[in-house]
Amino acid sequence: MSTLTTDSAAGDFREPAASPGETRDTATNLRLKTKTVRVDALARVEGEGAFHVKVKDGKVEEAELRIYEPPRFFEAFLRGRAYAEAPDITARICGICPVAYQMSAVHAMEEAFGVQVTGPLRDLRRLLYCGEWIESHVLHAFLLHAPDFLGYADAIQMAGDHPDLVTQALRIKKAGNDIVALLGGREIHPINVRVGGFYHIPKRREWDKIVEELKWARDAMIELVRWTGQLPFPDFEQEYEFVALRHPDEYPFNEGRLVSNCGLDIPIAAFEEFMIEEHAPHSTALHAAIKGRANYFVGPLARYSLNFDRLSPLAQATAKEAGLGVECRNPFQSIVVRGVETLYAIDEALRILDHYTMPDAPSVSYTVQAGVGHGCTEAPRGILYHRYVLDEKGMIVAAQITPPTAQNQATIEADLRAFVEPRAHLPLNELTWQCEQAIRNYDPCISCSTHFLRVQVERD
Amino acid sequence: MATKRKPRLAVWKFASCDGCQLSLLDCEDELLAVTGQVEIAYFLEASRAVLEGPYDVSLVEGSITTPGDAERIREIREASKFLVAIGACATAGGIQALRNFADVREFTAAVYAHPEYIDTLKRSSPIAEHVFVDFELRGCPINKYQLVEVISAYLHGRKPNIPTYSVCMECKLRGAPCVMVAAGIACLGPVTQAGCQALCPAYGRGCFGCYGPMETPNTAALTAWWRDQLGMAPAAIQRALRTYNAGSEAFRKESEAYEHAHD
Repeated sequence: MSTLTTDSAAGDFREPAASPGETRDTATNLRLKTKTVRVDALARVEGEGAFHVKVKDGKVEEAELRIYEPPRFFEAFLRGRAYAEAPDITARICGICPVAYQMSAVHAMEEAFGVQVTGPLRDLRRLLYCGEWIESHVLHAFLLHAPDFLGYADAIQMAGDHPDLVTQALRIKKAGNDIVALLGGREIHPINVRVGGFYHIPKRREWDKIVEELKWARDAMIELVRWTGQLPFPDFEQEYEFVALRHPDEYPFNEGRLVSNCGLDIPIAAFEEFMIEEHAPHSTALHAAIKGRANYFVGPLARYSLNFDRLSPLAQATAKEAGLGVECRNPFQSIVVRGVETLYAIDEALRILDHYTMPDAPSVSYTVQAGVGHGCTEAPRGILYHRYVLDEKGMIVAAQITPPTAQNQATIEADLRAFVEPRAHLPLNELTWQCEQAIRNYDPCISCSTHFLRVQVERD
Repeated sequence: MATKRKPRLAVWKFASCDGCQLSLLDCEDELLAVTGQVEIAYFLEASRAVLEGPYDVSLVEGSITTPGDAERIREIREASKFLVAIGACATAGGIQALRNFADVREFTAAVYAHPEYIDTLKRSSPIAEHVFVDFELRGCPINKYQLVEVISAYLHGRKPNIPTYSVCMECKLRGAPCVMVAAGIACLGPVTQAGCQALCPAYGRGCFGCYGPMETPNTAALTAWWRDQLGMAPAAIQRALRTYNAGSEAFRKESEAYEHAHD
């Protein structure tokens, strides 16, 4: 397949007709009608993916989200690299959530060496993660997802009619990026994260401008969350097993136990024991599942529904104003939840900066030793798991990385099946766009997923 | 007078992390100005609207790692007037070019449960190995201001002002102390092209070569200094040269001088 020859959309992009889709009537008997919703190159997602849903006699026969992003072999070439290289190398898996990779990697190495980063250095890691959540969530919610609700092909066209919405979102996104750029060195693939802490700690006064901008962003974000609350959402509440980290005191970023709404409660080191891959009956692919149960859901909806009580009072109140309950089971409302999490991240960043203290040293010392380390942190799109086996010199013997989108893939496909069936009568172009939106609900990060075991690259 | 058609910009992705094309969306202050000057004709990460070619400017991110992609880049070249390779993957093969030093079949078996589904080339190669490239913008990731400069230079019909001197120049301009001389930290800055404003030395760590080799790098002299003055082990020297620009000629050759080395 060539993307160059993908059906082109021309003319007025506000018409759902702009979508590349096709329909096939395969039988002369009208009662045996087959309809296929197909998109060969998904837009407004990170990485390269495709999907198709096949409907026969009003029943969904197949629903598949296909990843055709080429493999890059991170787990293979990490073998023989030094432990200290893992944060920078694994960051290159994803340009949108590099901080998540760096955080999961450093926590895994620190577990292997039996060292804990506490106090101001721990706060700074949280602050860095706040920055990434802000920039990643705002990018997705307002520049990639919002155009679906308003019927635009992209945010640039949306900006023509809604200039304030787009310029406000860009400014909030920039505030998040400013945190990552100052503390991380730069927005994409930050250079300041190391096992034990950081290379360099910015001084308090360097944060002054960012604090002012974050205060503005907090007010602006409250307005934007309210705005998302009044968007039209399809009636699509589903039963999910939500999985997220849960911490005794905090909304989760770096630490906690893995919990679910169906009774899962395990330390992160047990991840591979409970999260397994199963051969699903409707597909040739292997699907992530909780052992003995079914597919599960990671990301903002899961975090929110399992940790509502850990949000700041402002984030809780704004969520309620925007029409959310203490849990949210409609993935189309993920735009509201991302807004609430963004507001929380701004609030949390301001809290950390309010009592900013310089640590005694930019990093803590540790002794390199052989061992196994696990790291699991909350990337913007959900839990990101790393495991490393290290030799006595700290060289990586084996690496395992499980990104959030790979874990969600089975749930995305289940959503497509449930979503399409009652809507199979819709005009194909409209249905295609709505299916795309159902996938974008997850903010799928396909570059991340490529090196997961489930990847399929078709030979044709 | 008839209004002139805006130049059509397309953004393409091959094996990569998406970070370089994200740089365009990270131009929060410049994004709407840029989109006022060009028509976004193909940019899947940002838009579902797709316009037919030909394209005036194609930004190409990522390296070539599959037979299908080797074919796709030719089609893109044919449809593009001006083709810019952006980032270390597109200009040197990226971190995934580490397979070039290994057995890709073993790599596939190590990572995937079903290696038979994986269709991949033995080497990860830069765009210029497959088609003519009008301009290469380095970096892992690229510098967004350099990207705006390249687009702006194209719009005004001039050559992009992208320096090819070393990170050392930026370090001096920034007034950062030399981490190698002052702190004995290994630094690739003397042989690495500028573009990051000497970010790592300013944060107290050695440069690790995101922008690839400078114009005329003396890599042998640098690694000899690391070995003799810093007591760096040969295997560690090789690893330092084999990261995001491992596939660039200068870094590859120098790393091969340390083949079969042990810590």
